[in-house]
Amino acid sequence: MSDQQQADLRKDEVEAGTTTGLASPSVDVTSDRQNSLWSDAWKQLRRNVLFWIGAVLGLLFLLMALFPRVFSRGADPRDCSLSRSSQAPSSEHWFGFDQQGCDYMANVVHGARNSLIIGLLAVAVILVLGVVVGAVSGFFGGVVDSLLSRVADIFYALPLILGALVVLRSGFLGRGVVAVAIALAAFGWMTAMRLVRSQVIAVKSSDYVAAARAMGASNGRILLRHILPNAVAPVLVYATITIGVLIAAEATLTFLGVGLQRPAISWGLQIDAGQRLLRIAPHLVLFPSLILTMTVMAFVMMGDALRDALDPRQRS
Amino acid sequence: MGRYVARRLLLTIPVLFGASFLIFAMVYALPGDPIRALGGDRPLAPAVVAQLRQEFNLNDPLGIQYLKYLGDLAQGDLGTDFRGRPVLDTISQRLPVTIKLTVVAILIEAVIGIIAGVLAGIRRNSFFDNVVLVSTTLVVSIPILVLAFIAQFTFGLKLGLFPISGVQEGWYSFLLPGFVLASGSLAYVARLTRTSVAENMRADYVRTARAKGLPNRTVVVRHTLRNSLIPVVTFVGADIGTLLGGAIVTESVFNLPGIGRAIFDAVRAQEGAVVVGIVTLMVFFFIFFNLVVDVLYAVLDPRIRYE
Repeated sequence: MSDQQQADLRKDEVEAGTTTGLASPSVDVTSDRQNSLWSDAWKQLRRNVLFWIGAVLGLLFLLMALFPRVFSRGADPRDCSLSRSSQAPSSEHWFGFDQQGCDYMANVVHGARNSLIIGLLAVAVILVLGVVVGAVSGFFGGVVDSLLSRVADIFYALPLILGALVVLRSGFLGRGVVAVAIALAAFGWMTAMRLVRSQVIAVKSSDYVAAARAMGASNGRILLRHILPNAVAPVLVYATITIGVLIAAEATLTFLGVGLQRPAISWGLQIDAGQRLLRIAPHLVLFPSLILTMTVMAFVMMGDALRDALDPRQRS
Repeated sequence: MGRYVARRLLLTIPVLFGASFLIFAMVYALPGDPIRALGGDRPLAPAVVAQLRQEFNLNDPLGIQYLKYLGDLAQGDLGTDFRGRPVLDTISQRLPVTIKLTVVAILIEAVIGIIAGVLAGIRRNSFFDNVVLVSTTLVVSIPILVLAFIAQFTFGLKLGLFPISGVQEGWYSFLLPGFVLASGSLAYVARLTRTSVAENMRADYVRTARAKGLPNRTVVVRHTLRNSLIPVVTFVGADIGTLLGGAIVTESVFNLPGIGRAIFDAVRAQEGAVVVGIVTLMVFFFIFFNLVVDVLYAVLDPRIRYE
């Protein structure tokens, strides 16, 4: 790996918030080493308290999305009565009532499903786009690389929220869960692409790739069997954290009025409705914000722990 | 070096045009008829509508519209919004607010972030180090939207320490939104500094410095910090470009009439010229500060050579 490549890789990793150790010259990556990397990483991960906190929060969030009724203690989010409008939390109804007099805990809990679907869907699209474009770009180099890198630069120059805002406002995707996920992915794939591209360029020049080529392996086989598995670690870290970032972005877009719309249940909608009553019923902003933050935190913590575990420089 | 800068400048041209065209095309696809919306309840006379459509090139195909826009742009004309107000006017009125917010946010993230990062980095695994680690995780996890409301509610509404919205009290009104806007970067700066300092504390040249008997303070300030802060300085530099692009959420919650608010309002009102004008400007800021940072990198770290 040349100095320039190394500098590029380091820059990409800093931007993506991940490290692999590939950017430090002494680490030699071979497939044998990679195997021990994962078992080492798991050993490291098991001892990390922050990872377990993140995992528990993540599991809670997952269960909330799958079985909201269990968490809402049987209350129906659409069972509303204006006589209970904006009532404060009580021992009966832990989160109180919203302005329409609906049980707020039921509403907040039911918001998890849309967040989860959008987070996972958007991250899946980002991974597919990022891995395909990044691998093609890094592997073939030359004109293809220049072209794809410029396209990524163009998207990179536009902030995620702004880009998604304009796409969703233009309305050709509609305003549903899928539309929001695609809009987020359209302006969020570049970091994954750069990460994969750098890794591919870094690994491409290694001896075992040359050996595979000497044995007559095709481009496709080299990419799939030898190069991509080595790029998995940083992308995995990035993807974990990004789920959290995307869930926050969905709430933000919905809050700004271009994401999900009623009658969909979303934390962004709840925060938006609650902020108008911030003075008289602060719990309406507090609870969706709290659950949203804990959800984002779950993914950030798991991603952070994963990065520490996968970074060979941390171990000594 | 000169050749590197020239090459980078050339590479920014397609990015600038690409990004502005991308936004232009998406704005063009916005549904509804902005001219009709302008009339409100009383529909405009067909002749007036036709004249306005002509004036704003709304009858041309997308490519022609964009080329006409570029032609005007080359003459320093960013166009007008549908009420006839020049976009340049809007920008020059809104930009100072965003610049102030950016200055406050950058100062907060640089000063607090670096101090926290250095203190944590020189004593790894100390109590303070763990406090920094946990608090940065917490701050990174709080979406800016949520943080804005927490800050507004506690410090503005309950404690009454800061104005809740608007820019009536000069720089003071930027303090709270500045903090909110800076929070994510602040956490990142603290972590970056911490990692960098901790790594450099183990470097050979630091051991050499200690071996020749230099006092701890000199070792840390003269040797470790100088090397550790290079990535931090470049991150903060690039962040200026990002923040100048306006903070849609922060400016909305705190009701600051800056670039972010302007662009949000313009997207909602389908003011194509305003959206494209501001986005082009913010992309320019973004590219410019990234370029400055890349060059700065080579100046600060003589090991990096651009050929």
